[in-house]
Amino acid sequence: MQHRTMWTFVSLIILAAAACGGGSDAPAESAMPAAAAPPAFDPATAGSVMGMITLEGTPPAAETIRMNSDPACAELASDTETEYYVVGGSGGLGNVFVYVKEGLEGRSFPVPDEPAMIDQVGCRYTPHVFGMRVGQTLKIRNSDATLHNIHATPAANPEFNMGQPIQGMEFDRTFEAAEVMVPFKCDVHGWMNAYVGVLDHPYFAVTGDDGNFDISELPPGDYVVEAWHEELGTQMQNVTVGEGGTAEVSFTFTVG
Amino acid sequence: MHWLHRYNRLLAAATLLLITAGGLVTSTGSGLAVPDWPNTYGYFMFAFPLSGMVGGILYEHGHRLIASVVGMLTIGLAVWLAQKEPRRWVRHIGWIALAAVVVQGLLGGITVLYFLPPPISISHAGLAQVFFALVVSLAIFTSPGWLARYGRSTDGERRIAADGILRRLVIVVPAAIYGQILLGAAMRHTGAGLAIPDFPLAFGRLLPPVWDPAIAIHFAHRVGALMVTLAVLATAGHVLAHHGGRRELTRPAWLLGALVFAQVTLGAWTVLSARDVTINTAHVATGALLFATAIVLCLRTHRDRFSDVAARIAAAPDAASAVAIGAPGGAEAGR
Repeated sequence: MQHRTMWTFVSLIILAAAACGGGSDAPAESAMPAAAAPPAFDPATAGSVMGMITLEGTPPAAETIRMNSDPACAELASDTETEYYVVGGSGGLGNVFVYVKEGLEGRSFPVPDEPAMIDQVGCRYTPHVFGMRVGQTLKIRNSDATLHNIHATPAANPEFNMGQPIQGMEFDRTFEAAEVMVPFKCDVHGWMNAYVGVLDHPYFAVTGDDGNFDISELPPGDYVVEAWHEELGTQMQNVTVGEGGTAEVSFTFTVG
Repeated sequence: MHWLHRYNRLLAAATLLLITAGGLVTSTGSGLAVPDWPNTYGYFMFAFPLSGMVGGILYEHGHRLIASVVGMLTIGLAVWLAQKEPRRWVRHIGWIALAAVVVQGLLGGITVLYFLPPPISISHAGLAQVFFALVVSLAIFTSPGWLARYGRSTDGERRIAADGILRRLVIVVPAAIYGQILLGAAMRHTGAGLAIPDFPLAFGRLLPPVWDPAIAIHFAHRVGALMVTLAVLATAGHVLAHHGGRRELTRPAWLLGALVFAQVTLGAWTVLSARDVTINTAHVATGALLFATAIVLCLRTHRDRFSDVAARIAAAPDAASAVAIGAPGGAEAGR
């Protein structure tokens, strides 16, 4: 009886399997730095940053999403085109997240009681790009008569993945750290994705189809404003907001 | 015993189907389409409605259902072996296979609950192949050919036993293939599948002009593929040249050659098609088949090391001097 041979054979296989394991992901840091006392800010002196995001070049044509992997989606969906590039008549680029990246350090702002909202409607996320505050409640709703999972894949906040198998089901979540952007996806329906910018201040906006944005009620000061697009990346500009003034800033993304 | 062998082959086929379904899960990015485990969207997994088998759930929940069937078949195999199998070491391998499939199920659950951490997912992929190898080995150990020692005479057994080159090659090949499988799993679970977007060159050159972990893993997999291909061709060529009369060796040797050709083609095609789901999944399944075939050739080559044959050779008169090492197998027909 060649036990040694048999055990050698088995041991080699088991050892090979064991060798491939090891390690673990470190938990994402969620601690938020303590805010210093905010400098005095007279609301009467507030200004704003306005502008337009434009797209140069011809973006890839929107593609029709095949939703037949879920008959309910194929029946429910009214919008089946990809929305990577939303371009208005004057070249304005929609779904761009614009926010104050630098210049507000040391200030703190009250977190709104009203929740932010993301819904699953017609097997798409609504809205596709949006902003919310650190500590603000995010209400996640499934308005579809089919099941979804909502899977957030942040870098600075804890990842989560929740199933919503029943129409009308709602969950609440919060993010404890600022992060631009937190992606959402549905692993059931691979075409569903959305992005949320999580900030510790209220100075952000998302461009509409015309590419325009308006960030108002901003304390006077020098800022770095960043524009983020899911396919085209980010651009930054310095801007100075005077007392009661409006600073105009425009970004041009290029494609092709 | 004959039915036990058939049952074993059924389990091996089910395991290959399970590995293919697992490949589909990763190829379609459906690994987290069912966020909970062991339940499915709150349902006991066997009670989950068929109407919910949509999109990524079809792949992920389907994978879990096939895994359950494989798990139950493995329990049946271990119990069957425990009751009917006279060889203790075979019974032990049955229990080891059962332990492996249990651990495999747990790894599958853990990787879902922790959002697919690469070390766990790679372990899941690696253990899947180990389990497959165990099941295929059991199918070999319970096969009529194995039990009949492939019709080898003592001299025939000695001829194979004395072929040190073959004996080493058939161990190197499955080890190298398994290393390749682990590298492939690392590529798959770290998103490095397209880290080098062209083929056969790397960014238009023989060596990548830039390096990062993803490119390194991807390039290592390509180099590994070359080494495995050479090892397989050397082994198959050696078998055909020196043991051409032994069908139990030549058949897996031919199959190895065909599979390695298919596997390299599928690997290239996976890159060039930007990870087409069907091609990518076929690459996983063919890799498993390649590994299993290498295990079969290894076991058949080393048949004499298992007790009954070894004892027979030891008891026979010394005919080593009459054996032409590496000569063709002659009139002995394998099964």
